[in-house]
Amino acid sequence: MSSRIFGSRIRRREDPRLITGSAVYTGDIELPGMVHAAMLRCGHAHARITRIATEQAEAAPGVVAVYTGVDTDGVLQPMPCAWLLPDAELKIAPYPCIAKDVVRYTGDVVAVVVAESAHEAYDALDLIEVDYEPLPAVIDPEEAARAGAPELHAKDINGDDISGNQAFHWTVAGGGDVELAFAEAEADGVVIKERILQQRLIPNAMETRGAVAQYNRATGELTLWNTTQNPHILRFLCSVVTGVPEDKLRVIAPEVGGGFGSKIAAYPADFVTVFCAMRLGRPVKWIESRSENYQATTHGRDHVQDVELAATKDGRITGLRCTVYAGMGAYLSTAAPGIPTILHGLMLSGCYTIPALKEDVYGVYTNGVPVEAYRGAGRPEATFILERLVDMLANRLGMDPADVRIKNFIPKFDDGHEVVTTLNYDSGDYPGALSKLLEHTGYRALRERQRAGPSNGKYMGLGLTSYVEICGLGPSQVAGAIGFQGGLWESAIVRFHPTGKVHVFIGASPHGQGEETTFAQIVASEIGVDVADVKIFHGDTDSTPMGWGTYGSRTTAVGGAALALAVRKIRDKAKVVAAHLLEASVEDMDYEDGKFFVKGSPDRAKTIQDVALMANVAWTLPEGVEAGLEATTFYDPPNFVFPYGAHLAVVEVDARTGHVELTGYTALDDCGPQINPTIVEGQVHGGVVQGVGQALWEGAAYDESGQLVTGSMLDYALPRADQLPDLDVISTVTPSPHHPLGVKGVGEAGTIASTAAVYNAVMDALRPLGVTRVDMPLTPERVWRAIQEAQGS
Amino acid sequence: MKVPVRITVNGRRFEHEVEPRLLLAHYIRDLGGLTGTKVGCDTSQCGSCTVLIDGVSAKSCTTLAVQADGANVTTIEGLADGDALHPLQESFWDRHGLQCGFCTPGMILAAYELLRTNASPSDAEIRHGLEGNLCRCTGYQNIVRAVRDAAAQMAAADQ
Repeated sequence: MSSRIFGSRIRRREDPRLITGSAVYTGDIELPGMVHAAMLRCGHAHARITRIATEQAEAAPGVVAVYTGVDTDGVLQPMPCAWLLPDAELKIAPYPCIAKDVVRYTGDVVAVVVAESAHEAYDALDLIEVDYEPLPAVIDPEEAARAGAPELHAKDINGDDISGNQAFHWTVAGGGDVELAFAEAEADGVVIKERILQQRLIPNAMETRGAVAQYNRATGELTLWNTTQNPHILRFLCSVVTGVPEDKLRVIAPEVGGGFGSKIAAYPADFVTVFCAMRLGRPVKWIESRSENYQATTHGRDHVQDVELAATKDGRITGLRCTVYAGMGAYLSTAAPGIPTILHGLMLSGCYTIPALKEDVYGVYTNGVPVEAYRGAGRPEATFILERLVDMLANRLGMDPADVRIKNFIPKFDDGHEVVTTLNYDSGDYPGALSKLLEHTGYRALRERQRAGPSNGKYMGLGLTSYVEICGLGPSQVAGAIGFQGGLWESAIVRFHPTGKVHVFIGASPHGQGEETTFAQIVASEIGVDVADVKIFHGDTDSTPMGWGTYGSRTTAVGGAALALAVRKIRDKAKVVAAHLLEASVEDMDYEDGKFFVKGSPDRAKTIQDVALMANVAWTLPEGVEAGLEATTFYDPPNFVFPYGAHLAVVEVDARTGHVELTGYTALDDCGPQINPTIVEGQVHGGVVQGVGQALWEGAAYDESGQLVTGSMLDYALPRADQLPDLDVISTVTPSPHHPLGVKGVGEAGTIASTAAVYNAVMDALRPLGVTRVDMPLTPERVWRAIQEAQGS
Repeated sequence: MKVPVRITVNGRRFEHEVEPRLLLAHYIRDLGGLTGTKVGCDTSQCGSCTVLIDGVSAKSCTTLAVQADGANVTTIEGLADGDALHPLQESFWDRHGLQCGFCTPGMILAAYELLRTNASPSDAEIRHGLEGNLCRCTGYQNIVRAVRDAAAQMAAADQ
């Protein structure tokens, strides 16, 4: 890294089109002859279909076709699950694109209407008659696992029995004898027990999902525009489901309006849209309504956790034991089995030295929307367990929560530290992060202020989180070992044109995170061109090399590394060409800021633009050097990266109303060197607020029959501008020792930390009132009721 | 049954026969061919569809096209003055007030309305003024900064 551009707060390059309304999202695509699809969702949580009549709909104005499961059966293959968790008795239930016999959640597709206009398609949905025989439904994952609960699936895709709705049972155990640790703590120490409900969340990307499919019958080529976070994976899955060979399939992720995990999965409606386009020979557009988004696009979290911590009387953790029922919803979504297991259980020891640990995770089918990755994906649920238990331990022992953390932190390390779950963290200074946070926020003084007691019925509370997350997924060999049905490397092609302008083709697929800017900054810093001279291409499988998607805070960490290494290859070749042009030997050449020069004679120099011109015209090149200036790199990371940090939430709880006000929030995050600190801060802001949403307001609610009652933005409480304070965002910088740029990733950090910090703060405020637990979200009603109960009134 | 409407969008006059149930958002997108106006929900909650009707902000997903008959509508595409961005567009760009960009057109037009009625709002007033527009990416923080900056710039330009 030579140039100041790495680390500079330049304005985003994607913004001009976004602030002028000229960006093209999937919903903005218009094609000649295009027709519109609308999906009929079943509206029942669990029911047997006894009759479907489509004649009236078929005869409705503008209707081109109506298809049901009878039409797609055998043509569209079942939806694949792409994370085959090993050693977990994984039972994958059949997941048809259109349900034919039984519907298992309210979003199951039972028919599709295609019409000349979207209005006509939606009108005709009402004319389809479907008779259902309702079946009992179950939403709570723990209840679904109990004997006698309604069973969703009799057999898995291999014909094996599924019993007790169990999709898998996965265990992680490490370190010493955990049972012994608890026996010892029971005898002469402390055991803390808690039940944690990680409620179901609805991701709510502002752009709903959608697809446009265009099929050319003459050539057999299919183009699918889709609101996806991972177009190459979708191409692969689309090929499996629709039978269109991968070479004839082009997937384009145009502008994508946020994802947060909900646009990772492949969805039945996408392939039904493809089916319609192939049947009709006309382009078909399907855009999800927001109601549909609530009832059919994947949800997140949904854990019932029973957790226990063993510790000595002076606050040293000796063991952790957890049982988790993780709701999977009606079917296993694309990556679902890996979320509450690999991305959760392996991070259970967090920032702490925990000598013995065991967790059992039961993945359970329920009549809810399928559950997938949602920002943080498994790691917020792990962080919450630890951070809650640590606070409870502090309370039990009469210690400050900060001091319990300090007592148990893994000491600072800068080149690898193996933890009890066998992960090898790359670098971290957890005590340093917390101590900087405490100092920056005046934590001890805030505690003093708190000791003064409530003012005007309002109780102040402080909540800490120390977190470490696993990002930069990941070494492909590990991906294979953990059952992920793909690689996790990234690739980049860097091409210099004769005028020195640069095209970058990259497999990663950002959708709001700003990598068109940070990637250009990487190129500029590595080879001294102007950022304005670098164009980043992404999201089109025909023009970009293979990529494994944007999720898990991996795009800058893995894609960025591939890009940096490709540019370094170019630099190496350019040095050889420059030496030739200067009639010098390569060994005598030096490089700085876009210039190749003879050591000691900076005037004898060729710029990268000079070299790009000569390499492209190829009038004179060194013996054996190919024309052109282009490089391709496949970067398969040697290890994951482990960003970390410490957050402090300050709240005021009004004991008279139960209203919680978040009055202050400080986030300290360490994602390694920051390519563009403004973008890093933006990621932290958004991430923190999503986590605050979980703690205070958000939660999917179902009624007893399995109907989603939070099925719109009216009923599901998304964070709004006037509910939030100004966030204070600071950082430390610990490079990853194994990464070419040292960078780690920051997309999920805020969410991973903030839910526990805010929850801890509210519980801290409620301590004087005798309240010890309230289920999230901490709405005024729940808090008020808990206070009433604790006060015995 | 279709009814005639004449609506001027960003200075361009349109005449169409439309179904009375047609929403202004769909009119602008499908008949006006201007896709900068986004539809993010179906309950008038998200504000992505915010436009200006005769200079006053409105959620175009809960306005019928026939209600805008005879009106001047401004969408995000019509906010800049030629190549010169509106101060709000500049400040959203400067302050990183957007990420995925989907809520941005509506957010900018809601902010326009806010500054029209309160030229120098406090942060709390900005937050209150924008609570009808949802953003899932930014946590609103940089949006507040952007609006604050734009207010200052517009005030300076007025002097």
